[in-house]
Amino acid sequence: MTGHRTQNTDKKSPGSGFRALSSISRPVIIALWLALLFLPFKGIKAASILFAVLSTFIFLLRFLLDYIKPLKEKLHDARAHLTKRLRITSFQTEGASLIIRYLLLLFIISVPFFARDYFIDIAILAGIYIILAQGLNVVVGFAGLLNLGFVAFYAIGAYAYALLNTKLGLGFWTSLPLSVGLVTLSGFILAVPALRLRGDYLAIVTLGFGEIVRLVLNNWDSVTKGPNGIGGIEPPYLFGISLNGLSHYYYFILVFVALSVFIVRRVYVSRIGRAWVAIREDEIASSSIGINTTAYKLYAFAFGAFWAGVAGVLFAAKMRFVSPESFTFMESVLILCMVILGGLGSIPGVILGAIILVMLPEMLREIQLYRMLALGSGLVLLMIFRPQGLFRSSPLTRAVLRGGKGVSFRS
Amino acid sequence: MFVQQLINGLTVGGVYALIALGYTMVYGILELINFAHGEIYMLGAYLGIIFLGFFTAIGLTSYSLPLALILTFVLSIIFCSSYGFTIEKIAYKPLRNAPRLSPLISAIGVSIFLQNYVMLTQGATDKVFPHLFEEAGFEASSIRVTYIQLFIIAISAFLMLFLHLFITKTRMGKAMRAVAQDKVMASLVGINIDTVISVTFAIGSGLAAVAGLMVAIYYGLVNYSIGYIAGIKAFTAAVLGGIGSIPGAMFGGIFLGLVESLSAAYISSEYKDAYAFIILIIILLIKPSGLFGKSHDEKV
Repeated sequence: MTGHRTQNTDKKSPGSGFRALSSISRPVIIALWLALLFLPFKGIKAASILFAVLSTFIFLLRFLLDYIKPLKEKLHDARAHLTKRLRITSFQTEGASLIIRYLLLLFIISVPFFARDYFIDIAILAGIYIILAQGLNVVVGFAGLLNLGFVAFYAIGAYAYALLNTKLGLGFWTSLPLSVGLVTLSGFILAVPALRLRGDYLAIVTLGFGEIVRLVLNNWDSVTKGPNGIGGIEPPYLFGISLNGLSHYYYFILVFVALSVFIVRRVYVSRIGRAWVAIREDEIASSSIGINTTAYKLYAFAFGAFWAGVAGVLFAAKMRFVSPESFTFMESVLILCMVILGGLGSIPGVILGAIILVMLPEMLREIQLYRMLALGSGLVLLMIFRPQGLFRSSPLTRAVLRGGKGVSFRS
Repeated sequence: MFVQQLINGLTVGGVYALIALGYTMVYGILELINFAHGEIYMLGAYLGIIFLGFFTAIGLTSYSLPLALILTFVLSIIFCSSYGFTIEKIAYKPLRNAPRLSPLISAIGVSIFLQNYVMLTQGATDKVFPHLFEEAGFEASSIRVTYIQLFIIAISAFLMLFLHLFITKTRMGKAMRAVAQDKVMASLVGINIDTVISVTFAIGSGLAAVAGLMVAIYYGLVNYSIGYIAGIKAFTAAVLGGIGSIPGAMFGGIFLGLVESLSAAYISSEYKDAYAFIILIIILLIKPSGLFGKSHDEKV
């Protein structure tokens, strides 16, 4: 990755004489071009303002980049130096990170005591998304299979609980294993044919699966009540207490989040997890050392679907209402964004990614209209400037690949 | 009834084929699912409304309708080609050597951006395309063919023929085929890869613009979200015919349009959108490389 990056920048930087001229004319040309593109949608006045803003912006950006470049190199050297020294006294940083961890844990546990209901509500939602993102991370991050219809499993889980509860009157604890079992089974059913396909074909078939599930939910009126959705779902009972209070449910979700992180982590460092990483890195090589690639890909799909099912049941129990609107393609994209923002294959990264992408839209309520614009352009920028996400892949991956090339996504 | 559905299917299929061509050309060269391609089609439809509105305002439409229409088409094509070109430069070119997933995510980002940009500037509600023609057409024993349908079928056929000739006969077409086969070898024999990729995006987007405009005229309604479903279906069509294969995309588009209108008429119209995916899954299971695609083993 980094090798390519430096090569590209070297190639781009033109000679110094040309640079002086182009540093003024190029931003103007680029800005003019972009402003012209926006012209039909914005009108002449807005386009000319855009032109003025863009040209100054690009000019400043180039100037800054030129200025920052040597500075950044210096900083990089200093950091390398520092980490070298820190390694000697690593027990100190370990102690510090332990304290930070305990403080974080304390904060998470004490949230319902000081936070407003609104915040707890969002935190619960974040918890559900963390479980979802963990599931997708298994499929995309660990095994390297791009699933663009992940939301289908989430939907099946939610609807399974909704139907079992409202039609058959089954309680949460009976429905949970049934629903999750059903979702895992549907993961298997999709995976068996789909895994014969490579890369992009797999992506598009999973996308199709997601759309089919949504269309069925939307049109099968006699069972799913179509676009109206199913309401009146019971919250879970625990020791005879109904968990309908926000703080109750917060802890309830917290337990599930902790379980999901724990289990996914254990599986990741097991033989199965290592097989997934091997398949992601090079399918042919891993099958030649005796890994049954089809079986392991199947496990990844079903295991990912399992967590989507859990999240779906929790979602239905929290909202006490499900409708097809919650399970669109955009939702799949959002979950994928969480995984990618956090860092493919990194468990802490994915947790952070989910939290950020749930919290951010809530914080940006004032500029609500523009937040999808920001999400779209943010994705592009993220891919260009930090494709590995906030966290690099976890230590296991690095240990597996020590001395090898960087983590790549090949499918 | 059957013939009627056949004609309806052919109309929609022609549109799918035009969009599918853009997907397949880009995939053939970059191996990238250009998720933003559906949005280009949507932009084409909106540009049509904007330009026609402008021409009506300055009185050109009442002076000469054909001239206004031709100008609208030309302007939409130019703008959409520029959008395609610019998107490639901004969102895909920096990622050309990145892992496979990166440009795909970037494409999804572009798609979200464009959709919401149009929603913000043009509103979230359906936009009505100016009613230009009488609903005239042929009528023979309960079969009705409107002139608009004929127009769409003719234009699609013409553009496909044009593209076929471009790819097979011209120097640039040859270069495109070479780059699709092997980028490194093509650059070694002196083909400018960047130019070829830019031209590919521009042509694909131009075709999508025409498709968008024709659909806007056909249905009379445009919405910011039409790009997504049309894009997915066109991609399905491209995969159906074997992605990377140009005749495959043409065939796939028309086939998909026919299947959709026939099954909507004879089975159930509620699941109209699902048929495309069901067919896709079936085809991929029987012949994973598509109907016209070449299957090749993965190289180590």
